[in-house]
Amino acid sequence: MDLAIGGIGCIAPGLVGWAEARPILGGDLSYASTPLPRLVPKDLAPNERRRLGQITRLALSAGQDALAQAVTDASSLATVFTSASGDGEIIHSVCRELARPTPALSPTKFHHSVHNAPAGYWAIARQDHAPSTSVSAHDASFAAGLLEATTQVKSGHAVLLVAYDRADPFPLSLACPIIGSFACALLLYHPATVTAAEAMITLAIGPAEPETRLDIPELEILRRNNPAARALPWLAALARGGKTRTVLPYLDDRTLIIQTRSG
Amino acid sequence: MLMQPLAITAWTLTSALGAGRAATLASLQARRGGLRPCDLPHSPRDCWIGRVPGLETLGLPEAYAAFDCRNNRLAELTLSRDDFPAACARAAARYGAAAIGVFLGTSTSGIAQTERAYRERQTAASSLPPWYDYRHTHDLYSLTRYVRARLGLAGPALSVSTACSSSAKVFATAARHIEAGLCRAAVVGGVDSLCLMTLYGFRSLQLVSPKPCRPADPKRDGISLGEAGGFALLEPCGGNIGLALLGCGESSDAYHMSAPHPGGGGAARAMRQALLDAALAPGEIDWVHLHGTATPANDLAEDRALESVFGPGMAASSTKGWTGHTLGAAGIVSFAMAALALEEGFLPGTLNTRRPDPTFSSEILLENRPVVPRRVMLNALGFGGNNASLVLGHAGRID
Repeated sequence: MDLAIGGIGCIAPGLVGWAEARPILGGDLSYASTPLPRLVPKDLAPNERRRLGQITRLALSAGQDALAQAVTDASSLATVFTSASGDGEIIHSVCRELARPTPALSPTKFHHSVHNAPAGYWAIARQDHAPSTSVSAHDASFAAGLLEATTQVKSGHAVLLVAYDRADPFPLSLACPIIGSFACALLLYHPATVTAAEAMITLAIGPAEPETRLDIPELEILRRNNPAARALPWLAALARGGKTRTVLPYLDDRTLIIQTRSG
Repeated sequence: MLMQPLAITAWTLTSALGAGRAATLASLQARRGGLRPCDLPHSPRDCWIGRVPGLETLGLPEAYAAFDCRNNRLAELTLSRDDFPAACARAAARYGAAAIGVFLGTSTSGIAQTERAYRERQTAASSLPPWYDYRHTHDLYSLTRYVRARLGLAGPALSVSTACSSSAKVFATAARHIEAGLCRAAVVGGVDSLCLMTLYGFRSLQLVSPKPCRPADPKRDGISLGEAGGFALLEPCGGNIGLALLGCGESSDAYHMSAPHPGGGGAARAMRQALLDAALAPGEIDWVHLHGTATPANDLAEDRALESVFGPGMAASSTKGWTGHTLGAAGIVSFAMAALALEEGFLPGTLNTRRPDPTFSSEILLENRPVVPRRVMLNALGFGGNNASLVLGHAGRID
C-alpha cells in the first residue's frame, strides 16, 4: 500500500514538536531529556481546555503539530486515534471513587473515560464532522492504527493518525508498565492527489524479523516501554530522509515493514 | 464511495434476552423483555439492568485462565452458541487463518476487574492485589486477543473503542481491511459487560431511568444499562444471496462530549453516508433500527435526523427496552435485531413504550410487525459525538 506523508507531529520529553525532534532524530543534534512543558491545545473554549487530562493534551498537541507542518490542504480530515494505555489518570480516579461505600462520580470524569475522548475534543476543536475512530492493540497499537488509517486514505480524502501513550499513576503503573509520555501524528494522503509531500511510503505486513532500533539510548528505552513510541525508528527514518526500510512490531511475531522515500 | 457488499455467513448474539439466536428470537416473539431491577453487587439499586445470567459461575478454558473477567466470560458464552467457531474454522480452512481479521468493539472491556482490585486495597499506598492482571482483562485489546485466540485466527486485528458506536464501526473497519487486501474475511462484533463505572457514571449524568427504559415515549426519562456480546463473520459475496452488509457511514458531531447535536446533524450525516456507500436511495430502506437510548435529548435528535434523511413517517424501532443499552455492544445488538428482521420476516417493536412521542416524525413501531423488509438501516451513536450507520440487506437481490 502506497501513501504520501503530508505532515508529521511529535511530542515527547526533549522532542516537543517535529521542528525540535527532526534534527535530533536525524542525528544532527544530541538528545537531552527535559520534562514536558504544560501542553495547551488550541481552538477549544477555555472551559473545555481546562478540563482536559494530560494524555488528551498530549494527543491533541501532536495532532496540531502535524497540521502546523502540513504541506498540503488539511481542511477536513478523517482521524484515527490509537493508544494502548488510554487515560490511566481517569481510570485511577474513577476506580478509587468506586471503591468507596457510596461512590459519587464526577460527570466530567465519566465522559472523559471513553477511549475516544481525545478524538471527540479534536473534532470539536476543528469543527470537523469527518469520521473518526479510536483503536487499541496492545504493543501493536501504532502499527494497527497506521494500517487502519491507511485503509481510509482514498483519493481526495486525507487521514490524520494520532498515536499516544502515557505512564499510568500508581498503583495502576505496576500492573500496566508503560513509561513516559509519547505522542506522534502523521498526515496521510493518497499519492496520486498530492503535489508536495514530506515522504512517500509503502507499507506491508511481514514475517518475523528483528525490529528497527534507535541509537539514542534514552529514546530506545522509551521505544521499548511505550507502545506509541514504537513509531520512533520510523520517525527517525523520516527525519534522516533518503530511502530507508523500517521494521515495526505488529501482532504475534509479525512485523509492519515501511519503505520510506523522502527529500 | 461504493462498497462491495459483504456476505454475513454466520452470526450470534447473547444478551439479557438469552444466549444465541433461537433464545433471542423466542424472547422477541413472546414479547418477553430482559430488564430487571438492578441486583449487581455494589451497584446503585434505583435502576433496571439487562443482565446476562450465569456469568458469575462461568469458567474460561484452563489455558485462557489469565483472561478471566466478566467481559471475557460473556465473550466465551457468546462464542458457545450458533456454531460460530465452526463457521470460523470453515472460513479459516478456505482462506487461511492469517487471512481472517478480527475487529471487535468494546467500551469498558474488563474494567470490572480493576474496580474489584481497587476495592480490595487497604490504603491509598497499597498496590493492587496479586491476582490482578491488567493486560489480560481490563486492557481494551484483551477482548479481541481472547476471541482471536479462541477462534484460532491470525489475521489483522484491533479493538475499536468509540463508546456506544464501537461495535457498529467494526463493520466499516473490516470492510476497509478486506477492500485494502489486508485480509479476505473478518470476524466483527463486540462485547460489553455491566460494571460500576457505567452504572454510577450514567447516573452522575442523570441519564438513568428509575424504571425499565421507554424509548421514544413522551414520558421517557433515561436509559437502562445492559450487557451483551455478539459476533458476525464477513466474507466476500461470491455467489452468495443471503444476508449482506451493503453500506457503512460514519461521522463526528463536533458538538459536545456527552450530548448529541440537537438537530441530529451528525447522525443524519452518518445515515446519508451509509446510503451513499450502499448506492441506495432513502426510499429503498424499509425500516430503521434506532440507537434509541430513551433519553429525552438522544431520541429527539435521532428522530430529527431520520426526518431529514427519509422525510416523515419512516418506520423505526428501538430495542433498548428489551436488552437495555449495551454501550460498546449496542452496534452488534442492533445488527442482530436487523439480521433477525431480514431473516425471520418481522420487525421487532419498541418494548415498554406506551405511545410514541407525538412530536416525532418517524412511525415508531410498538408491536412486532410481520413484514419481510428488503433492506434495513441501523444506527449507533456514541459519546464524543461518534456516529455510525449500517445498511443490511440480501446480496444479489433484485427488486
